[in-house]
Amino acid sequence: MIEIEHVHKSFGSLKVLDDVSLTVNTGEVLSIIGGSGSGKSTLLMCINGLEPIQGGRILIDGTEVHAKGTDLNALRRNIGIVFQQWNAFPHLTVLENVTLALRKVLKKSRSEAEDIAVKQLKHVGLGDKLTTYPGKLSGGQQQRMAIARALAMSPRYMLFDEVTSALDPQLVGEVLDTMRLLAEEGMTMIVVTHEMQFAREVSDRVAFFNQGKMEEIGPPEQIFDAPHSDNTKKFLANVR
Amino acid sequence: MFETALSFNDIIFLLKGAGVTLLVTFWAMAGGTLMGVVFGTIRATAPRWVGWPLAFVLDIFRSVPLLIQLILANAFQAIAGLQMSAFVVSCVVLALYTSSYCSEIVRGGIDAVPVTTRRAARSLGMTWGQDMREIVFPLALRVMLPSWIGLTLGVMKDTALITWLGIIELLRSSQIIVTRIQEPLFVLSIAGLIYFLMSFPISRLGRHLEKKWQDL
Ligand SMILES: Nc1ncnc2c1ncn2[C@@H]1O[C@H](COP(=O)(O)OP(=O)(O)OP(=O)(O)O)[C@@H](O)[C@H]1O
Ligand SMILES: [Mg+2]
Repeated sequence: MIEIEHVHKSFGSLKVLDDVSLTVNTGEVLSIIGGSGSGKSTLLMCINGLEPIQGGRILIDGTEVHAKGTDLNALRRNIGIVFQQWNAFPHLTVLENVTLALRKVLKKSRSEAEDIAVKQLKHVGLGDKLTTYPGKLSGGQQQRMAIARALAMSPRYMLFDEVTSALDPQLVGEVLDTMRLLAEEGMTMIVVTHEMQFAREVSDRVAFFNQGKMEEIGPPEQIFDAPHSDNTKKFLANVR
Repeated sequence: MFETALSFNDIIFLLKGAGVTLLVTFWAMAGGTLMGVVFGTIRATAPRWVGWPLAFVLDIFRSVPLLIQLILANAFQAIAGLQMSAFVVSCVVLALYTSSYCSEIVRGGIDAVPVTTRRAARSLGMTWGQDMREIVFPLALRVMLPSWIGLTLGVMKDTALITWLGIIELLRSSQIIVTRIQEPLFVLSIAGLIYFLMSFPISRLGRHLEKKWQDL
């Protein structure tokens, strides 16, 4: 369970998250939508401790992320994250991309790591690209590799930050399909996305962020068909 | 027919000078690169109150002419009674001088690695050190290599200045021969050829690696 309690986050004088509270239950898929600069990416970064916060707290299975004694490297193994772009380690083959953390972080042997990596890469349809370098992959394949790399660590949570928005339209589907599969398998996910149709189909709940505040949260039917907040309405009118 | 007073012994003398040039270049690059990596990493990753004073000191090494640094360092070590040989002084000064340039190259290389790529590494549970070792340095290396090769070739030519401390390196040895046999064009051509033969493999290696890494 991910518990976000009254989180405040600023970059210098710029307030980016303003008293954000929300809970993601195990097995749940939460989508986050909202305009550019509303703090969506920053929230994900705070959840796995890549960014400090100035107020409130975030608990992962009861462990406070920003508490002094927390072993962030251990915590992060449980939280996979995939970014919009620049995920790949370009100097490593697809297989090495996936095995690196298995070997260095989880201290698995080479053959053990490769077994896991091959299984995950096949799962996302990259079983025939093991010795390819990321630069030779399409954008969609790179994103699927990043997903496989995160999954190889057997995380309990997956965070996705607009993983399809840098892709050519014809490549979006394959990546969304991979995520859909993951949701069906019961993975707990937070998905920041501009793909409203996807958010509607896959999410248990959808949260709308506006200027650092969580404006509204609810089941997709509420957010998309009968939003309570005027700002949500306005935002959705613009993206449709 | 072309005739020359240049003897076999003179060639040996020139090659000895070239050996000195190579050796000083080697130590300057070894020490300079090692320090450059440390300084550059500090500059790219440490907070400003650490990085700024360091940058200031390195700027001094970069902006004061090398010749002045050599002569001052040699004089000061004598006054301080350190009893360092001119060769050691030359290597140390050149290494510091090189490190100031190298640190800029390293800093640029580290900065060129996308933040997101580093976050991807950290988000997999890799430590800061693992991220630097496995991701940042290998990627930065590709960016740094051309400038580093250029630096090496530059330092090799700069070593000619150590002759002011009484060291006979390649350029000085060719001058000595010129003074004796009075065939400046021929002797200097040979010295130039030797410089070229020493530089060529380094720039070739650089180009080879660049090509190898290019299509990654
Ligand atoms: N490292 C940083 N330093 C300073 N300001 C930052 C930093 N990262 C983000 N910001 C600012 O914080 C605000 C929120 O950024 P964030 O990336 O979280 O928005 P977002 O909702 O993900 O937007 P988008 O949809 O464009 O990705 C923006 O105004 C952004 O400029
Ligand atoms: Mg974002």
